[in-house]
Amino acid sequence: MNLRKFKEFSIERLVLICGLASIFFVILIFLFLTKEGLAVFKSVTPANFIFGKSWYPISEPARLGILPLIFGSLIVTLGAAIISIPIGVACAIYIAEIAPLKIKEILKAGIELLAAIPSVVLGFIGMVTLVPWVKSTFNLPTGLTALSGAIILAFMAMPTIVSVAEDALYSVPKSYKEGAFALGATHWQTIYRVLLPAASSGIVAAVMLGIGRVIGETMAVMMITGNAAVIPQSILVPVRTLTATIAAEMGEAVVGSEHYFALFAIGIVLFIMSFIINVTADLFLHKRRN
Amino acid sequence: MRNTQRSQKIAFFLLFLATLLIVLPVGLIVVIIVQKGLPAINWQFLSDIPRQGMRTGGIFPAIVGTLYLVLGAIIFALPIGLLAAVYLSEYAKDNLLNRIIKLAIINLSGVPSVVYGLFGLALFVVFLKFGASILSGSLTLGIMILPIIITTSREALESVPQSFREVSLSLGASKWQTIRHIVLPNAIPGILTGTILGLGRAAGETAPILFTVAAFYLPRLPKSIFDQAMALPYHLYVISTQVPNVDEKVRYGTALVLLFLVLVMNLVAIIIRYNFRKKKKW
Repeated sequence: MNLRKFKEFSIERLVLICGLASIFFVILIFLFLTKEGLAVFKSVTPANFIFGKSWYPISEPARLGILPLIFGSLIVTLGAAIISIPIGVACAIYIAEIAPLKIKEILKAGIELLAAIPSVVLGFIGMVTLVPWVKSTFNLPTGLTALSGAIILAFMAMPTIVSVAEDALYSVPKSYKEGAFALGATHWQTIYRVLLPAASSGIVAAVMLGIGRVIGETMAVMMITGNAAVIPQSILVPVRTLTATIAAEMGEAVVGSEHYFALFAIGIVLFIMSFIINVTADLFLHKRRN
Repeated sequence: MRNTQRSQKIAFFLLFLATLLIVLPVGLIVVIIVQKGLPAINWQFLSDIPRQGMRTGGIFPAIVGTLYLVLGAIIFALPIGLLAAVYLSEYAKDNLLNRIIKLAIINLSGVPSVVYGLFGLALFVVFLKFGASILSGSLTLGIMILPIIITTSREALESVPQSFREVSLSLGASKWQTIRHIVLPNAIPGILTGTILGLGRAAGETAPILFTVAAFYLPRLPKSIFDQAMALPYHLYVISTQVPNVDEKVRYGTALVLLFLVLVMNLVAIIIRYNFRKKKKW
């Protein structure tokens, strides 16, 4: 009997430890990012790091201002958001409310398929199809632009937006819809006057999570945005994002160098951004349930 | 009245159009890759090492590297993820700790993949001195897929009806016996689905392995977990951006193999889930 109790007790502990693992890993990630990243502030002040207008990490002396990279990320993300939010939410409404059951299953599988395609494959497809198209349509010297990046990223945000927004629409109580129908509203009127407002906080969460995905995306962006670390004047020029900078330069940075620390500091910026986005999105999702 | 009917028709048509805008390109992408990649696929392509600066030859080392990495990631992530799911579904009380754990999982799933790469570099490669190796890469990927495994396994465990547990407990079984013999067996399809989805994600990711394991060109198979390895997604990146004049066929062929690997895993997961939902007796 005692043995059994001991077994139960030790298993309970083991399970608890594994349960705590995710907290442990989040803290570990943060610790190691800051351990390597904060060292950069010995050579550059935080303000100059964030607002510095030039990123020449290997010149002498190195200039480590990430403002061009922040702008690069912003313009690509903004473009992707403008494309993906209306289309994604519309698709979610179609799947949740209008599509017949059979088609619904197929559409959901299609969206899941899109989510599963590795970003490097999307980047490759973007390189061979989208980039030449952008180049010839807008008559540009190169098709590797923020616009190309925004379009591909919009696709990568879509699955998140559609599935979370669809969940939000689906979880609106049936009685709301029945009430609207009983008052003589058409299906469309019910959708945009009753369902959408009722699901609004879930849809906001969907959009935020989609944007979170876009900001963190690396490979596709690195392959098709042209990687020019200058503050972009339009959406039709090459840009370089925060993520692409890390991915492209870490291979050459010497461990323990200023450049190496700076790339980790960019990692801290990304980590904090994704932390804020995810926590806020979760609050919105929670608000819905209460 | 006719007006409202017409606006409904227009609105529904636009919604349908938006849906097509997402689904059609997905189909198109798959069709293009299959069509242009299939001619490249033959036994030699799958079983040979890359030759002439990766411009011809095969992709065998990259396939093997990816399989090793995925296997390593799952060996690490499945036990921890599954037990974490057991904790959340069976042991956790609805308190602050539980809330913090859930928040941590959400954050872990939101961390950009390249940040995982940085983390893996700092912790495994530099601090623990594993070097750029299969071990470092697998552990990094393992932590990255942990949230997927926890979330799907937890859903699977929670969908087992409470009455199953009550019957088992009332027959004198202990809590762990109940979980081990009643809850887990009934949740296996769901856990399997999550595991396979995690595998697919690990197989396709590039950024986390960039600085932790991936070798630009390594024409032999890794001998131990402390070796570097080639990997399919990184190989595709390399031959489409870093090496000039690679035959299109080789690029499409590599993309096809990677896509095939990832999509088959996802398809299997979808089928398991579908059958499980159909067969579910409660």
